[in-house]
Amino acid sequence: MRNETTINPKTIRKSRLSKKTREHLIAYSFIAPNFIGFALFTLVPMVFAFILAFVKWDGANPMEYTGVSHFIRLWKDPTFHKALWNTIVYTVGVVPLTMVCALGLAILLNQKLFARDFMRTVFFFPYVASLVAVAAVWNFIFSPTMGPVNNLLHALTGVPIEDLPRWAADKDWAMFTVVLFTVWKNMGYYMVIYLAGLQGVNPELYEAAELDGANAWQRFRNVTIPQLAPTSFFVLMILIINSFKVYDIFINLFAGADNQLNDATRVLVYQIYNTAFRSLDYGYASAIAIVLFLLVLGITLIQFQGEKKYGQ
Amino acid sequence: MVGTNKGVKIGVKVLAYLILFVVVLCMLVPYLWMLSSSLKLNKDVFTFPMQWIPESPRWSNYKEIWTRIPLGTFIYNTAKLSVIVTALQILTSSFAAYAFSKLNFTGKHALFLGYIATIAIPWQAYMVPQFIMMRSMGLNNTHLAIILLQAFSAFGVFLMRQFYQSIPDELCEAARIDGLSEYGIWARIMVPLSKPALSTLTIFTFVSTWNDFLGPMIYLTKTELKTIQIGLRMFISQYSAEYGLIMAASVISIIPVLIVFLVLQKNFVQGVASTGIKG
Repeated sequence: MRNETTINPKTIRKSRLSKKTREHLIAYSFIAPNFIGFALFTLVPMVFAFILAFVKWDGANPMEYTGVSHFIRLWKDPTFHKALWNTIVYTVGVVPLTMVCALGLAILLNQKLFARDFMRTVFFFPYVASLVAVAAVWNFIFSPTMGPVNNLLHALTGVPIEDLPRWAADKDWAMFTVVLFTVWKNMGYYMVIYLAGLQGVNPELYEAAELDGANAWQRFRNVTIPQLAPTSFFVLMILIINSFKVYDIFINLFAGADNQLNDATRVLVYQIYNTAFRSLDYGYASAIAIVLFLLVLGITLIQFQGEKKYGQ
Repeated sequence: MVGTNKGVKIGVKVLAYLILFVVVLCMLVPYLWMLSSSLKLNKDVFTFPMQWIPESPRWSNYKEIWTRIPLGTFIYNTAKLSVIVTALQILTSSFAAYAFSKLNFTGKHALFLGYIATIAIPWQAYMVPQFIMMRSMGLNNTHLAIILLQAFSAFGVFLMRQFYQSIPDELCEAARIDGLSEYGIWARIMVPLSKPALSTLTIFTFVSTWNDFLGPMIYLTKTELKTIQIGLRMFISQYSAEYGLIMAASVISIIPVLIVFLVLQKNFVQGVASTGIKG
């Protein structure tokens, strides 16, 4: 620090630019490295995405303006409907189950327990563990005929293996399997957010409730739940958005070497990917992307409203 | 704490431990199964009842996997991408965040609002035009494409700026009076003070780049360029009956993240908690 102090401030002022301009230029020089990359590789594609939704283009021939015809096509496209429907079903399955599990575990781990740190680590780790690897194990464990899950069920219930659910391989059980997997993989993350929320609850509220004769359930119902409302709201929004964006979990649980999903398991992002990179129908893919964008935007706007309400 | 219903309290505690024990088991069994199967012959992987500790562990699975697929190349590619992306992300984010937090310039608020607004736009919504652009620049099947699309995130700028807001402006003022340049203030005051935020950003970026799936899947189709995730996926779909080898490769792919996670767990959990709450 010493060396810097020897610079005479007057030499800086002597420069031809005004002090204000200099300040601004320095500020821009701080922003520039990030902003140039960000503008070029994020902002430009975002704008491009909106344009693409209204043109027909295969990447080779000239673009052709098509107006809203892609959106009319979406309206009548049963494959797209299937993908949208599956995404919604998945979201409706994952969101409440994850919230209940995350909150339950957070409340349990918020007490003084033996091996608490170890358990927190165990619950959180699947969130950072490589998806491809853990999905591979799940597929082996839930393998319809050979897997230990069905063999165990068979041993316990006596139901013949052929009559047991075929999990990821069964169109009726696929959604259940992927919801279960997602909850298993991600609940630790939301548990940590809930744990932080619980740390923020004033302990005096519990003492006051206990003095008033409230039992454990009443304390949970009337202190914990309302006090955690902002956290729950945040978790809810993030969970919905992340469920809308799902792709990699479905590919790794359901798809074979060709990376294709069927009608029981196709989701929105898969539909974007497939339409663009397999059918080379960039315009139509972008129209699906706009639908995804609007869904996420809707949730985000609700989130902004909620954050105002909770004063965050 | 009133001592009247002590029996109930003990009961509750026992129940809590019981539930937690079952959940811990559910969380751990897949890893244990992975580890156990990685040391078995293919024909022994699915024997029922399960033999948790193989009688004659097949360590050769861990040797063979390196020659069956270019696992070393995959790991090198992933490590290279993760390190470069994380370094660029840290550098450019904290640099930009300093200007947003401590300097004045025309258009500051509009620009920052623009940054925040784009965080809400899902990458999946513009990944297609992004790919078309990169391809027209000749960047398809290059690591540079992955670096460019991940290194300049709005989220990083937002995270660092939130942290810098908590550092008093007076500190910068004092340094300016002492004649320190803005770059000097950033390097000697802001960076050392923001270690917690920097470590959070480092861990998040590193792990998400390491585990990224869709990005490499779109851009990297040549085997020698693949990352561990898509490389492993390629192996699984090509040799779906090589159970032992698949599990061995899976164990190897998890170990680096496990080490990073165990070493930096504290920052990780704090990072999730703080960014989670602040949004």
